Amino acid sequence: MSVHDPNSPVPTPADDVQSGDAVHPGHPVTVDRYTVAARINHWITAVSLVLLALSGLSLFTPRLFFLTGLFGGGQMTRILHPWIGVVLFCSFALLFIRFWRANLPKRVDAEWLAHSGDMLAGREEKMPEVGKYNAGQKFVFWSMSALILVLITSGIVMWDQYFYPYTTIEQKRIAILVHSATAIFAICVWIVHVYAAIWVKGTFSAMTRGRVTGGWAWRHHRKWLRELVGKPATPPTRRGTGTLAE
Amino acid sequence: MFPPIPNPSVDPAAATPRFGEKDIMRRSASTVEPPAQRLTEVAKLIDVTKCIGCKACQAACLEWNQLTEEIGINHGVYDNPMDLTENTFTLMRFTEWENPETENLEWLIRKDGCMHCEDPGCLKACPSPGAIVQYSNGIVDFQHANCIGCGYCIKGCPFNIPRISKVDHTAYKCTLCSDRVAVGQGPACQKACPTQAIVFGTKEEMKGWADFRIKDLKSRGFENAGLYDPQGVGGTHVMYVLHHADKPSIYAGLPDNPRISPIVETWKGITKYMGMALMGVAAAAGVLHYLVAGPNKVTEEDEENAEKLTSGAAVPPPASPAGNEGRPT
Amino acid sequence: MTNSWTDIRNTDLVIIMGGNAAEAHPCGFKWVTEAKANRGAKLIVVDPRFNRSASVADYYAPIRQGSDIAFLLGLINWCIQHDKVQWAYTKAFTNASFVVKEGFAYQDGLFTGYDEEKRDYNRDSWEYEIGPDGYAVVDETLQHPRCVWNLLKQHVAVYTPEMVERICGTPKEKFLHIAEMIGECSSPTKTMTSMYALGWTQHSKGSQNIRGMAMLQLILGNIGVRGGGMNALRGHSNIQGLTDIGLLSNMLPGYLNLPIEKEADFATYISTRGFKPLRPNQMSYWQNYKKFFVSFMKSMYGDAATAQNDWAYDYLPKLDVPNYDILRMFERMKKGEVNLYFCQGFNPLQAFPNRAKLAEGLSKLKMLVIMDPLQTETARFWENHGVFNNANTASIKTEVIQLPTTCFAEDEGSLVNSGRWLQWHWPGGSPPGEARTDAWIMAQIHLRLKEMYRKEGGAFPDPIVNLNWSYKNPEDPSPEELAKEMNGSALVDVFDPNDPTKKILEAGKQLSGFGLYRDDGTTAGGCWIYAGSWTEAGNMMARRDNSDPDDTGAYLKWSFAWPANRRIIYNRASADLDGKPWDPSRKLIEWDGTKWTGYDVPDIAPNAKPGDVGPFIMNPEGTGRLFVRKMMRDGPFPVHYEPFESPVANVIAPKVRGNPVARVFADDWKQFADIGDPNFPYAGTSYRLTEHFHYWTKNNHVNSVLQPQQFVEISEELAREKGIVKGGWVRVWSKRGEIFAIAVVTKRIKPLTVDGKTVHVVGVPIHWGFVGAARKGFPANVLTPFVGDANIETPEFKAFMVNIEPSTGPVA
Repeated sequence: MSVHDPNSPVPTPADDVQSGDAVHPGHPVTVDRYTVAARINHWITAVSLVLLALSGLSLFTPRLFFLTGLFGGGQMTRILHPWIGVVLFCSFALLFIRFWRANLPKRVDAEWLAHSGDMLAGREEKMPEVGKYNAGQKFVFWSMSALILVLITSGIVMWDQYFYPYTTIEQKRIAILVHSATAIFAICVWIVHVYAAIWVKGTFSAMTRGRVTGGWAWRHHRKWLRELVGKPATPPTRRGTGTLAE
Repeated sequence: MFPPIPNPSVDPAAATPRFGEKDIMRRSASTVEPPAQRLTEVAKLIDVTKCIGCKACQAACLEWNQLTEEIGINHGVYDNPMDLTENTFTLMRFTEWENPETENLEWLIRKDGCMHCEDPGCLKACPSPGAIVQYSNGIVDFQHANCIGCGYCIKGCPFNIPRISKVDHTAYKCTLCSDRVAVGQGPACQKACPTQAIVFGTKEEMKGWADFRIKDLKSRGFENAGLYDPQGVGGTHVMYVLHHADKPSIYAGLPDNPRISPIVETWKGITKYMGMALMGVAAAAGVLHYLVAGPNKVTEEDEENAEKLTSGAAVPPPASPAGNEGRPT
Repeated sequence: MTNSWTDIRNTDLVIIMGGNAAEAHPCGFKWVTEAKANRGAKLIVVDPRFNRSASVADYYAPIRQGSDIAFLLGLINWCIQHDKVQWAYTKAFTNASFVVKEGFAYQDGLFTGYDEEKRDYNRDSWEYEIGPDGYAVVDETLQHPRCVWNLLKQHVAVYTPEMVERICGTPKEKFLHIAEMIGECSSPTKTMTSMYALGWTQHSKGSQNIRGMAMLQLILGNIGVRGGGMNALRGHSNIQGLTDIGLLSNMLPGYLNLPIEKEADFATYISTRGFKPLRPNQMSYWQNYKKFFVSFMKSMYGDAATAQNDWAYDYLPKLDVPNYDILRMFERMKKGEVNLYFCQGFNPLQAFPNRAKLAEGLSKLKMLVIMDPLQTETARFWENHGVFNNANTASIKTEVIQLPTTCFAEDEGSLVNSGRWLQWHWPGGSPPGEARTDAWIMAQIHLRLKEMYRKEGGAFPDPIVNLNWSYKNPEDPSPEELAKEMNGSALVDVFDPNDPTKKILEAGKQLSGFGLYRDDGTTAGGCWIYAGSWTEAGNMMARRDNSDPDDTGAYLKWSFAWPANRRIIYNRASADLDGKPWDPSRKLIEWDGTKWTGYDVPDIAPNAKPGDVGPFIMNPEGTGRLFVRKMMRDGPFPVHYEPFESPVANVIAPKVRGNPVARVFADDWKQFADIGDPNFPYAGTSYRLTEHFHYWTKNNHVNSVLQPQQFVEISEELAREKGIVKGGWVRVWSKRGEIFAIAVVTKRIKPLTVDGKTVHVVGVPIHWGFVGAARKGFPANVLTPFVGDANIETPEFKAFMVNIEPSTGPVA
């Protein structure tokens, strides 16, 4: 956590900058956005979600039943899907703990949302400056959180192998409907999330190498960048560049 | 006496199945070309009013299908086991009912098991191609090689019939002895029934026989005697003669108006189509947007601004007053 | 059965009382459902429990166990009072008009001649008045005060509907409803059939229960007709065969009697078996007794039975007591008077009363031999199974030998069903392991014994060394040989007695019927009533032609029914005095002017003119008996006696405890609960369940699945009173022992009001023990009293007193 610097041009709210976030001056400037742990966490979640979507869809519609082949057949799909769900749930829970504070809604989110048309049209200069996450990212975060909660709950109700006796068939029917509807929404949210990463160039590196360029941060998360810059200089974090030589 | 079905011929030709793959009318999670000529519909008629609850049908079912049910305990009732299982395809359910009109006790004994619906909810719910098939004679059969054990059939069934095996994790239920029927025999339960409370034949014959029985019951004062062939599932290929056909639910919860649950219909209907559409639209919107709006790229100016910011040079001020920041408290 | 299973479909009314046909005879019960479905027949069930039969009945009434006679005599009384009597039948075909000897009387529950000390009657006064012509005196106007009809009327008068309600706990209006339904069957065109089983026999007055209904059926004109009759449902697959071939301690095959001690020589024995007709022209068929007896002796001893040695009469044991029934044998075992017990196809430790006493008896044997296809509790009586069989193994010295036998499905032979049909069966599988047929085992033992006696002599080796054993393979007599032997054959060429030149039988040929049996030693036959079952035409028992001309249900070409392939006995009574059927739509046989013809084998000489010869040809009277003379130990009419353990004293005879002539051993009295004993306030009864067959099927997995664990059934009212919950454990105990079981709390049992007192029924199914696949449990005989029927010693399993409380279950 950064310490508030009274000389900083912008007061730094403690929750927008997260542990590990740091600016490295240079040409270009680089900004550490995600720690290794956060990235691993994210990718476990991401892979689980993709596998769940594939396996879930294979059981959702006969047209996609062939996808069970990816999992070793229908029986294996039926066995694996709920367990992957458990992995997703746990993994996402960690992500949630990591990110929830930075995703708390702020007044600027409303303004951002009001300008979302400009955003989509690429007129980013009209957008308000945002912190680590913009309202769209926060929407993804919170909707995923809610959907996953519903998915795991309904998923357990329909996980007959272990939980059959605890609910009625009618409850299971409701669960199955809710589960599939929720999953559709989750996939849609995921599409938005992935599309955003594709569309907004320079984003992928945040989740691959953990860094973005200063320009990326300036363009999309200027307030976050300003806060990071206002932070006292962080000691070099790129271990291996100097520490060993000392 | 309903004419008994003769014993099978020892002639090998008689062992040729009379129906099979070509007679499949519906196949789960698949589209099939229905056979041009439908086989004569068969049906099992369970005359609850003739049933003495001897459980011979239950024993015959276990024996013919080579099932091993576990030896349970007594739960304070005559029912055993207490519910259908992956090994118990059929079960006598006993209900002690005091008729409020006559004040007489009636011991209602119903043989529970798959009804072989004309519109089978299990088949509708099944996600696995060919795990459930319906032959054009009305028999709904599970094909275990294709079953993935998901239990969707349980949710689809309006009668709470299928059960998933804890051993091979596939779904089991009464097959109407499709193997016996295929060679001209009746189901094992029917063969074992000592009082012809179970008879088997074409659906038309069974309806006629039921009429004969209902006439007798009405003459004995059961004014509401009738046939249970619920139209909510398109009729069934296992039917009951009930003394109180106006109240099926007194027979250990036989559904009054069974139909495939609207929840299941929604799930397998609108949810599937809307869901696929929604996901498709979302993906297409992304592609379209990319094509129209092009990538959102970081500019040189952005990089310079970042460099300036980090080096303490002047950069454009924040767009909105800093004081407005902060989370709502 | 007087009729057959298939004949039940011809009835108009079925009464199931003293049985539970749907439960215990589900296959035979199909004919009840047929009668209901096709003839609109009605079904009445009278039972302490609303049972499986009641579930498909048109009318059900509860009754307290052990009070059936009051109910039945109440019905007779009602029919007499309401003129629901088939008069023509009753007058002609029963002994209603016979005049009883002066001196006969009945008072306070006892007939004349009672000796309290001996618990027996001097039955001399229980006879007809014999006229100067040597025949019984009759009064066809039924006016004579001592004619049977008037004595009966007087005897049953006390059993009013109110009295029935008071004794039986059956609500009066239910009794009257049933009486009206039954009364309709006094019409010649309506018949009722009675289906009963152990619910009537297993009482200290079991034989009289059955007589009660038989008398009712006689006055309704329902004996000998299609759809009528007294139909005893035999439980054990060959128990009918067992009685037929005389496997009772006082019987010989074909219902001949084993001599008693007083009958030291053949002349004395046969002198009381002349069976002179009591009315003119009557057949009194037992006059042929000597033919059956001599042929039997020839079959047993062959050439060793000669006219000179009175057909080896001395070889037969002579009874020093009325019978050596199983109760007596276990009493003797307990006293240490028995060394070796040979137990063949029988599980007495489960099947006879007062288990503790049985175990004590078995423990005092030197050797116990078990022949059984299954592991039985009796074979394992010495094993400790905790509370389930708390044997002190170390103290038991009995040597137990188990000889595994084949079961019915693994061997060939015949089984006799309730309808007296001898049905041949073939093996369906090979016996497992070392199992051998019973015949092989018995042959091995016999041959060794014979050899020993031949070598070593002994006090009286003749009956053993001279036993006829002329089988092809003496080591293993074949079922065909044994069956042929029972049928009988000619030993020499036999000529017509009226025309000595006419050979009617060739030596060595099978006899075609018992009419050919001779008393001069020229024929041999092991069981006269089976004559005709294996003739020169072959094995009649193996016939499987189910043709049934005119759909009468007779099926004369299916197997063989004794006697003489007759499907309905007393069938002469289906036609009126002129030989015309009472009900033309139900014709069985009729007189065509010269002879009897019809669908069944006439139960009368084919040329016996109607009007001359009565239909009950075995009786010297030629009629059925409402008054049974001295043929039963406990009275010529049935009387309501309470069970030995009872919640109330006998309302009609308060001083009489139980059946006054039933045999009770001294020690057993002490183990009876007193009348109305507050420590044992509930009326217990035991019974069978469809899912199991006795103690066999608990060895079978499927049956054990269907009914895995012992339970007792009680009413919701008693459960509430005692704090017992459905599915919870209870302890039930009598003065003889305790059992633990699961409580089935049911609406199907209701408390009864008996003589102003509330009586709760506790039902105890019998099927569980400590061996087998099902869960371990206690057989009902732990609880039941050691007393039998006064005439035939069938134990009183159906009525006893117990107490009950909630429990945490047995601690093993």
